[in-house]
Amino acid sequence: MKITYPHMGNAHIAINAMLENLKLEVIPPPPISKKTFELGVKHCPEFACMPLKINLGNFIEALDLGADTILMAGGWGPCRFGYYAQVERDILEDLGFDFEMVILEAPDSRVSELFQQLQALGQNVSIWEAFKALKFAWYKLQVVEKLERSFAYIHPRAADKNRVEDIYDKGLLELERAQDKSDIDEAGSKNLDRLNQMVLTGKKPLKIGLVGEIYTVLEPMANYSIARCLGRLNVEVDNSIYISDWLNDHLLGSLVKKSHQKHLVKCARPYLNYSVGGHGLETVGSTVDYARKKYDGVIQVGPLTCMPEIVAQSVLSSVSKEEDIPCMTLYFDEHAGTAGIQTRLEAFTDMLKRKKTLTALTH
Amino acid sequence: MSYYLGVDIGSVSSNFVLIDELSNVLEKIYMRTEGNPVKAVKQGYKELMEKMNGKVSIQGVGTTGSGRHLADIILGADVVKNEITAHAVAASFFHPDARTIIEIGGQDSKMIILQDAIVSDFAMNTVCAAGTGSFLDQQASRLNILIQDFGPAALKSKQPVRIAGRCGVFAESDMIHKQQMGYPLEDILMGLCEALVRNYLNNVGKGKKIESPVIFQGGVAANAGLKRAFEKILQMEIKVPPYHDVMGAVGAAILAREYIEEHQCASVFKGDSFITEGQFNSSSFECQGCPNMCEVVCIRRDKEALAYWGDRCKRWETSIGHKEVG
Repeated sequence: MKITYPHMGNAHIAINAMLENLKLEVIPPPPISKKTFELGVKHCPEFACMPLKINLGNFIEALDLGADTILMAGGWGPCRFGYYAQVERDILEDLGFDFEMVILEAPDSRVSELFQQLQALGQNVSIWEAFKALKFAWYKLQVVEKLERSFAYIHPRAADKNRVEDIYDKGLLELERAQDKSDIDEAGSKNLDRLNQMVLTGKKPLKIGLVGEIYTVLEPMANYSIARCLGRLNVEVDNSIYISDWLNDHLLGSLVKKSHQKHLVKCARPYLNYSVGGHGLETVGSTVDYARKKYDGVIQVGPLTCMPEIVAQSVLSSVSKEEDIPCMTLYFDEHAGTAGIQTRLEAFTDMLKRKKTLTALTH
Repeated sequence: MSYYLGVDIGSVSSNFVLIDELSNVLEKIYMRTEGNPVKAVKQGYKELMEKMNGKVSIQGVGTTGSGRHLADIILGADVVKNEITAHAVAASFFHPDARTIIEIGGQDSKMIILQDAIVSDFAMNTVCAAGTGSFLDQQASRLNILIQDFGPAALKSKQPVRIAGRCGVFAESDMIHKQQMGYPLEDILMGLCEALVRNYLNNVGKGKKIESPVIFQGGVAANAGLKRAFEKILQMEIKVPPYHDVMGAVGAAILAREYIEEHQCASVFKGDSFITEGQFNSSSFECQGCPNMCEVVCIRRDKEALAYWGDRCKRWETSIGHKEVG
């Protein structure tokens, strides 16, 4: 069995680690590129949202490299993601590919159900080995996210931004290659040290919260590396969601760590009191949360036509006014024009900067 | 005298202004970019210098518009600014009490909300060109009327016809239908103006609260019919500032002046001979570094490469001294 999976930000580092420890031969999809988009756009329904198209592009590229099994996450609720796996399977079958599709579903009550799913997937592994594989992947993910957070802190403050990006990119590659816990620790601390040794400008950066649909938030190829663009404009970006949060809430039944979600649901009141599918409720809740943490602004991102984010966007205008936090919404699709996005980001940061100087003067 | 140069390279028009240290506009040039921004920058600069008889020493340069980076490479700019900020700065210079700026250009349109002369919110049109100048351009040429005559003719209308403004394609078929029914030309022209205004308010304005004073700028503000349509639909007075067609360039020049005065530094302006003598070329190639195959653009002066851009990973862009923008 040669297994593959879809890309989402740095998730592949943890997924690879888990699958390899389930004694599987893994064929990761090539990094998302223009070709991935082209394949996805060609074979998906025109009106489908962008993550589906990228997923499908990933799968086609991996199947072409010899993969014969696809691992995909399932879902439920009023968002198209719940049907992704089924739709993708149908499209790929129509294209004549011969493969198996394994859909990981969130456990209903006991987390042991997840281990059973993983054990069934693995090649002759005990439930203990399945547990160990998951634990190892989780550990790796923690270090990856530590590096992500450190990058988000250093990048806007550093004088030499190219070097920061370089350290981060290489650090991720080293973590991907790490075979055991000591490898991970070594790669992690070495690169964190490197980041911490960067010369900083000493200026206090603006702080922006990035909210919205998870895939667009986490996958730089889906959001034109918005976090890096902002970092280069000396803006510190905080992601409202990390992969570990999503895995914790959706696949591990909040057993690994305390869920942040309840807090966000509470924050969303009274602006939005119900789940509207996808991450709509979290988008509203996070925006309120950022406003109360005195962030300078919030940027909402989502794929074009994303229903939950459209609902959230309409609520954000009153959140923006009541909580006094500037918000901007950007929808992404397959177009390649980065100039428009750059202009909006520059204008938004200019606006926040001027606002900040003015409030500093009046106080 | 100290002069500051402001340059706005848009997709349709390229504008140049020269201001003095009190931000008075001394000279302006409004020309068509005609798809060749490199040529436009060079030519606009030359014309401006000819108008001033060459007797100017430039203390600072600011660039804006979608071609702002290109203009920076050729001229050497102290400030490279996005259009929103540049327009807001210029409008609040002429009208410090301005609350809303309506800016309609050839390819894009913006709405900027100001509070105490700083931007508090903004929006730009996204996918539809029905709310921009090119929509009027197209319909005018269909009706065989010069764009300069559009406004005065529309003002004669007493009973504008209703034209669907949601989409350029619908508007056109709607307009043809009204023409065939025999409605007078001026009523159709005014109908087009109102259609554009409705489209703009729905697509760009999207529920933003428009408060007076409202400033209307951009090339399209020259159209008196459109000004009246805005006044009718918003029920507010609309002010069109002097130099409304080159406000982006004015803003860029003011920002350059502020920057130089604040930092007390010399301009990075490249000077006459660099701009007028060399041969500027742009070429593009497909980078083979990864499957993204980015189309990288290279700007050269004679044989020397001045800048690269268009690559996602920035390996080309950062291969030559990178300038921070904001």
